Amino acid sequence: MHLAYPAVLSALLFCTGLYGVLARRNAILVLMSVELMLNAVNLNLVAFDVWLSRAAEETLHSGQALALFTIAIAAAEIGIGLAIVLAVYRNRGTSDIDRLRDTAEGHEPDDPDSDATGREAPAPRAAGEKAEATA
Amino acid sequence: MTTTTLAVLVPLLPFLGAIAGLLLGRTAPGFVRPLAVLPTLVSLASAALVAARQGGEGAVDAATELTPTGSVPVELALHIDGFAALTAVLVTVVAGCVQIYSTGYLRDDPRYPSYAALVSLFTSAMLLVVYSGDLMVLLVGWEVMGICSYFLVGHYWETPEARAASLKAFLVTKLGDVPFLIGLFALATEAGSFRITRILGAVANGGIEHPTLIALLLLAGVAGKSAQFPLHTWLPDAMAGPTPVSALIHAATMVAAGVYFVARLLPLFEASQAAMTVLAVMAAVTMAGSALAALAQDDIKRVLAYSTIGQLGYMTGALAVADRGAAVFHLLSHGAFKALLFLAAGVIIHAAGTNSLAAMSRMGHLRDRVPDAYWTMTVALLALAAIPPFSGFFSKEAVLGAAEHVVTGHTEHAPAAAGWIVLLAGLVTALLTAAYAMRLWLLAFRGHGTEAPDHGRQPLTMTVVLWVLAVPSLALGGLAFRVLPDWFDGHDLTPTLTTSVLGTGVALVGGIITYATWRHTTAHAAARVPLGAVAAHPGGDAARVEAEAIASHEPAYGDIAYAPDPSDPGRLLLGPLHRHAAAGFHLDAVYSALFVRPVRAGASLVRFLDREVVDTYVRGAGTLPRWLGAAVRRAQTGNLQTYVSALLAGTVVLAVAAVLVATGA
Repeated sequence: MHLAYPAVLSALLFCTGLYGVLARRNAILVLMSVELMLNAVNLNLVAFDVWLSRAAEETLHSGQALALFTIAIAAAEIGIGLAIVLAVYRNRGTSDIDRLRDTAEGHEPDDPDSDATGREAPAPRAAGEKAEATA
Repeated sequence: MTTTTLAVLVPLLPFLGAIAGLLLGRTAPGFVRPLAVLPTLVSLASAALVAARQGGEGAVDAATELTPTGSVPVELALHIDGFAALTAVLVTVVAGCVQIYSTGYLRDDPRYPSYAALVSLFTSAMLLVVYSGDLMVLLVGWEVMGICSYFLVGHYWETPEARAASLKAFLVTKLGDVPFLIGLFALATEAGSFRITRILGAVANGGIEHPTLIALLLLAGVAGKSAQFPLHTWLPDAMAGPTPVSALIHAATMVAAGVYFVARLLPLFEASQAAMTVLAVMAAVTMAGSALAALAQDDIKRVLAYSTIGQLGYMTGALAVADRGAAVFHLLSHGAFKALLFLAAGVIIHAAGTNSLAAMSRMGHLRDRVPDAYWTMTVALLALAAIPPFSGFFSKEAVLGAAEHVVTGHTEHAPAAAGWIVLLAGLVTALLTAAYAMRLWLLAFRGHGTEAPDHGRQPLTMTVVLWVLAVPSLALGGLAFRVLPDWFDGHDLTPTLTTSVLGTGVALVGGIITYATWRHTTAHAAARVPLGAVAAHPGGDAARVEAEAIASHEPAYGDIAYAPDPSDPGRLLLGPLHRHAAAGFHLDAVYSALFVRPVRAGASLVRFLDREVVDTYVRGAGTLPRWLGAAVRRAQTGNLQTYVSALLAGTVVLAVAAVLVATGA
């Protein structure tokens, strides 16, 4: 099989993932798009590993080994990511990325008790939410 | 134990007691009282033993050099002659009495541990000054006393008076200490040593080239410490401290240090006629002015404070006529009766609940409430007024006799002008001293009006020391004037007939005039306006009553030193002078105009320069970065996808640039 097929497939996969990351609003879909991009990279790694080992320039199959690493790390990453999204959803009632704007310049914490005191008294809870939202 | 070891123990024990008291004050409060009293008493015993062994024979000298300094060596040196031995006994006696008295006086005071430790440190510093044979070591004690007086005068730091008084005491004495330090350096450079013995040797051989300059520089420090005109203004204000501290400062430590220092280095001062004349004028102005001021004060402790200044004036007067025996004799007897006066005044303030003489003169039977204070204070006031046979008579006559000796030209040590100045001022002051002593006694103990409040008997610790101190006030002078010349220079201290008759005569006149005036004013003031600034908690311990009395004096009468009392005999005696005398002849106002206001103006100028000029540049430099920051901050939308898009765009631009560069286009 020519190298062009897997390369084009992985480019398409990557572009799909990129579009999903940039355009989707649901945080879970964004995470899935990130997975797509990772898998595009994995596909490239494996394809180029095969191509290089056929030319006998590389016999350690480090590309395949790296792909395994990436899969393991991606599994861990998606676990943490989903946990964060769940926590955010429980706190905010939404996982819409457009509404998680706590890091914006001039953003006021939007829960009622710290609205009254303004900027001086960010409650510990609001600080925790902010950390979750930015993670 | 050798005499040297004993002598080292004398200042060391109170010092160790102070350290232990400071360390254990919180953890082991039960040890605080023994740690305060016992080291001082043991130190008293050793000082007495040192004095007995020294016995007026040749001076005990011991020195050890800890480390070479490169230039003039600084040595840990002892120089114990008769003056040092006896002064140390006085210091330890008074300090012991004060420590015992304080256990009763500050019975319920939460800060008693640190107070007692500081009193011990104070005592130790004074003993170091007394025994030291090296001027640098002496200076250490001298400065430690300064800082201790700051802490102790400010013991009631909750009141603004005490804070102001402690700062004033510290700053005014420091004002004198700076020239003093320069004088010490100049002296050591010319003499080649800080050791007192070598300096006196150099003076005897004419090795000091600028005695006048050095003596005048040293006199500034002496004036500050010994509260002589014009640096005496801290002493009356220092009355804001607890009464035992006043007794300690006025009788044995601090103010005595200056006189004692001049007495030690008297040959140096004698080498300069100008310095002796300045000393005489200083003594005369101090004596007469302070006696007038004492006659106008309303606060019982301020009367005593001005009387201390006046009695110190007698001592410097004796030094100005080159008789250090008389000066130290007066120092000893004054130490005894002044400590007694203050401690008794503390008892009276506690019993009356006020420090105001005007308020006391409106209380009946105050003397029956405090019989111990009444009798001992009578003894001490008679000693202060120099009525024979009390001890003040003999020491004061020794001073006047020395002045007369100079006037008649029997000595070449001091100029005759100094003799005249001291003699005349001394006689005028004797009159005034008797007058204000009489006024104090009459107003405090012969009042009419409502019954004095009854708090039961005073604590035993407070009354017993009064009787202990009454013994030397009564008998020290009469017993000692024949013995003391063996300890001192050998000058005769026996009262001469002329000055005795003159001095006692004017003292009696002063007392009788005051009594007559008092009879006159009280008879005419039948409908006397009630006056009273009385402590809010008269049942509290003595220290609390006193603090409240001091704090309430100014709100009640409008002035810390003054009370609008028409039946005050001092008002009639002084006439138009009364207003000025009550304010200490407005010296504080002069200082305020000369020093305080220029410094304040300078400070506000610096504040203006800093706030308005320097800060403008700093703010200007910060403007551009702030604008840039505001522009960049607009990019922070909080939308994650915008950030990722920007990241992607950047990556694409970089990749295109890398490709273009790689292909060489």
